[in-house]
Amino acid sequence: MNGDNRAVVAEALVHTYGPDESSGVTALSGVDLEIKRGEFVCIIGPNGSGKSTLARHLNALLLPTSGRVLVFGMDTRDERNLWEIRRTAGMVFQNPDNQMVATVVEEDVAFGPENLGIKPEEIRQRVSDALKAVGMEDFSRASPHFLSGGQKQRVAIAGVLAMMPSVIVLDEPTAMLDPKGRKEVMETLARLNKEKGITVVHITHHMDEAVHADRVIVMYEGKVVLSGPPTEVFSKTEDLAKWGLDVPFVARLGDMLRKSGFEVSRSALTVEEMVDELCRLSSST
Amino acid sequence: MPIELQHVTYDYMPGTPSQVRALDDVCMTIQDGEFLGLIGPTGSGKSTLIQHLNGLLVPTSGRVLVDGLDTRAKGADLRRLRQKVGLVFQYPEDQVFEETVYEDIAFGPKNLGVPAEEIEERVREAMALVGLPDSLMKRSPFELSGGQLRRVALAGVLAMRPEVLVLDEPTAGLDPLGKREILGHIRRLHERGLTVVMVSHNMEEVARLADRLVVLDHGRIVLSGTPREVFAQGELLESIGLDIPDVTKMMRELRKRGWPVRTDVLTLEEAYEEISRYLAGTKAGGVR
Repeated sequence: MNGDNRAVVAEALVHTYGPDESSGVTALSGVDLEIKRGEFVCIIGPNGSGKSTLARHLNALLLPTSGRVLVFGMDTRDERNLWEIRRTAGMVFQNPDNQMVATVVEEDVAFGPENLGIKPEEIRQRVSDALKAVGMEDFSRASPHFLSGGQKQRVAIAGVLAMMPSVIVLDEPTAMLDPKGRKEVMETLARLNKEKGITVVHITHHMDEAVHADRVIVMYEGKVVLSGPPTEVFSKTEDLAKWGLDVPFVARLGDMLRKSGFEVSRSALTVEEMVDELCRLSSST
Repeated sequence: MPIELQHVTYDYMPGTPSQVRALDDVCMTIQDGEFLGLIGPTGSGKSTLIQHLNGLLVPTSGRVLVDGLDTRAKGADLRRLRQKVGLVFQYPEDQVFEETVYEDIAFGPKNLGVPAEEIEERVREAMALVGLPDSLMKRSPFELSGGQLRRVALAGVLAMRPEVLVLDEPTAGLDPLGKREILGHIRRLHERGLTVVMVSHNMEEVARLADRLVVLDHGRIVLSGTPREVFAQGELLESIGLDIPDVTKMMRELRKRGWPVRTDVLTLEEAYEEISRYLAGTKAGGVR
């Protein structure tokens, strides 16, 4: 696998729920996908588009009906790879309350490495590093019960980090959080990606969370229908609306201004970027 | 059926060391036919407040009058109150438990003692109001999508034929399409004459629907007015940890940079009008 810079690969991946392919429900109908090491990818798509099913293939919670998935070169269909895949690709889910297993934060974070049979002193080190990485070191003795939603999700991310994963897959981790909690989680992910080089696969409904990703992948009816940098994806306002997705406000505004003949750059996707762009435009000669 | 809150204060666990004041001297009136948006950061008292509207909670001090009736009065008909003021909790689908969609929606009216022959009529009516096809009636709720399940929960409240509908974060966790659908149904229910009180984190959402917004922070009302009036107070909203709409954020920022644009705009179209009007008068417009 030397020289292979791909973190995750899906080839002609098909997934059917139910007894067999003919009578079941097809959630993924031929997905081809490559995610590079160190990449920050957002997957967006309406409910039922197959996003969550795809996520569950990335750490072998589900196995392909046909096609294959490679996680750092390991085929998920090979049972011998199972533990190593689960350790390499950490998963964080939507509801933080369903992910807490212990009554004290640090025990919750230690749960994963303990199951791997790691020595106690190393576990302590890993737990402390992981909590620091998500900015929750002051809460190590707290009960998860008293944490806010955003804090609980950061503890869940720490629990995954303590396994020393190479990729983190998050299935709508911010869907149940308030704006403050969402911001905490997004900042944590950006930092882990940048500073630790961890590959991030972030599944979300919030389009504004996707504007800073390296790449946005759009799923619709079990297929990848669009993949590219945010500027490219969010300029396809009509396609996105057709797939039942919201286009961020700033992208729509840019679109309207361009249609009226103003040369607003497509790369302005956040409020700050758009304000700079508009000021540049109004004072340029 | 107006609802009046007079100096309502509510303490959780009063008289214990863990006493927490969730509402602090709240005064407000909800008028008939109004669409009221209730916003505030997590822990600001929104959920506590709405539980006062149908008597699930009663004030530690102060009073709540629903159609003139004090919810704390001895012998207050709380059953009737809960029928008139329908409360839809956050993630209401967690409370869906019957074997079929029909049974689940029929649960409320059955408990109210509605005659059997009327129940089916009510279930059909409620399903139609939230856009659920009759064909789903005999299905198990657990075969439905998240958005459909939430509409089943909403239909269960509507089947009690309330006059006031109180919703706690009705779009939380739904995808954009599911959000749009449920908001469309809520808007139509309001247009049919229902009074609506909606709690939301999403200010863009409430700005489009509500006639009036009330902002809570630490159990107190800090701001109240039309969406335009409230969003004009961007700094105050941000200072209490609310995420102000991008459109408001952008107009304020442009204003700071010396653009003579209005800062009380609420929609994309208004923002576009303001910005293109100004740009057209600058070099960007001149070189077109």
